[in-house]
Parts: sequence; C-alpha cells; structure tokens
Amino acid sequence: MQIEINERPTEIASGTTLQQLRGAVKPEADLCIRNGFPESEDVPLAAGDRVVFIRRGEIPAAGELEALMAARHTPGVHGRIKAATVGIAGCGGLGSAVAVALARLGVGRLILADFDVVEPSNLNRQQYFIDQIGLPKALALRDNLARINPYIQVTAHCARLTAENIPPYFSSVEVLVEAFDGADQKAMLAQTFLTQVPGKPLVMGSGMAGFGPSNSIVTRRAAANLYLVGDGETEARPGEGLMAPRVGIAAHHQANAVLRLLLGEEPT
Amino acid sequence: MELTINGKTRPYGGAPTVVALLDSLNLDANRVAVEHNRAVLLKERFAATTLKDGDTLEIVQFVGGG
Repeated sequence: MQIEINERPTEIASGTTLQQLRGAVKPEADLCIRNGFPESEDVPLAAGDRVVFIRRGEIPAAGELEALMAARHTPGVHGRIKAATVGIAGCGGLGSAVAVALARLGVGRLILADFDVVEPSNLNRQQYFIDQIGLPKALALRDNLARINPYIQVTAHCARLTAENIPPYFSSVEVLVEAFDGADQKAMLAQTFLTQVPGKPLVMGSGMAGFGPSNSIVTRRAAANLYLVGDGETEARPGEGLMAPRVGIAAHHQANAVLRLLLGEEPT
Repeated sequence: MELTINGKTRPYGGAPTVVALLDSLNLDANRVAVEHNRAVLLKERFAATTLKDGDTLEIVQFVGGG
C-alpha cells in the first residue's frame, strides 16, 4: 500500500505498523506524527496515511525541513495553500500577526505593504523586535518571516496605500487582508478593492481596542465579498489602547478566515 | 419608500441619495463601506447614487485600530 513519509509517496507492506516503519526508516526518531497528530503508541498504518519521523533537536537536511515543518498541519492543507497568494495591507498589530500565522501555515506567496517604520510604541502588540526600531515595517516583517519559513515568497512594498496603488499591488491575490489603523483608510481600501479588483474576498478588522471580553470579537460576513472581524465598536481613542491580546485574537480570526477561504470554506 | 438596510426593512422619507441616508443614520461617510443592490460604491458615488423604493443596502461602519 502507498503512504507518504515526510511528504514523499512510499510503498510499504500492508499491515506495517508505525513503530515497524520507524525502525526501518529512522530508528533514532523520537517523535512519530501520523496524519498531523503525534502518536505515542504503536498503531497499524493504512493506505494514504501521512507519516513524519523527527528526532528532537536534530537540524534536518534542507530538502526535508519544509515537510517536517508542516507535519502538524491537518493532512492536505499544506499542499493546497502552497500555491496561494495572499495580500496584507498594513503591517501593524493586525497585519504583522496575520503574516506570521500565514507564514507558519506555508501560504506560498505573501504581498505586504506598509509606509511606516517600527517605533517603540508598536512593540506592545506588533511582531517586531527592539533591534528593528527604525526599519521600514514591510522590510522588517519580510526579514522575520524569512526566519520563520524560508519556503514562502514574500513581496514587500514600502508605500502608503492609495486608491491608485491598491489595484496594481493586490490584483494577483486570492484574498486580501485589511490591517490598517484608521477607519477612513479602512473604508477607502474596502471601496477601492471591492470595486477595482472584483470577485476577490476581503477580510477586514474593526473593533479590537482595549481589554473587553475575548468572545465579543467575531467574524461575520458584512457584504458579498467582505468579511469583518472584531467587536464592531471598540475604537482606539484616548483612554482606549491597543494591546497584544485582543489585537492578536482579531488577527488570528482574520488568518483563519483566510485559511478557510483558501480551502473553499465559508469563514463564518 | 422602504429600504432594506443590513437585512432590516424600514421606511425612509429623506432625500433619495446615499449621502442623505448616511446623514439620517448619523454615519460618517468617510468611515463606511456601502453595498447598494449588491454593488459596492466608491465614496465619490455616494452623492450621485439615487435610492428607490425596495432597494437593498449593506452599510458597514468602521472604527479605528489595528
């Protein structure tokens, strides 16, 4: 029967167990992942199983690393999103966290855009480091993503997004993530993208300031191709800050909406 | 006339433009996306887009932060 070992199709004898296979393929492995889940006991293998053997602490060969990195994915997900292109408009609290999640997923191509540079007040919620203060966010984020997953392609635009440059920057995406700060800029992007790049879904964020209840942040479909994440009302303003937990919750709602769209599922 | 706004049908007696409707709802035209009869509008079209009885609108209001 045929199974996949480290994403390589391999013929094995029917009735082979996981531990028998480990003994034959990589006896030094101390982590056996079958179909996305680490198995602590021996189990019989079935045709179509996806098996990954890892020795903890060992730096794998370059040709093997990408498959090992995706070993905990639900089977089939990595292959389906590797060909996808996703745009991220804004690389602040939402955009930087969405980008990290999509890079860890292995979305094949990310297009980032931000006009700003990293400054100290960003570091309470944005995925940058102290030694990146002063760097353009789009370039700093591209560097960080390359350290997380070198097998994806990242394009970075250091520019303020406008009605003029949004269509050319993002016409090739399958899904666009809106990750701006200003409400008027969010509105401008929604109007521009949904009219100029028709038929593509847009995943937006609105209402994630403060430390209100986590469960008030939801994903909903607000118009035909517009998905909206947030509590819808908690605005960043004097007395209401933006902090890592709720911004992160909203960002990961957005990232999961993107994943569901790429897999052909309705986000809501 | 009657308009269906965000899934709810309601009477509307104001001037028949999107910009007047937003004003009557106390919404800032700079912070919304409007889908009129399934077509998203650019802000520049808010003043010129005429509303008719039975029209459907989705109005999304954004708040800042991200």
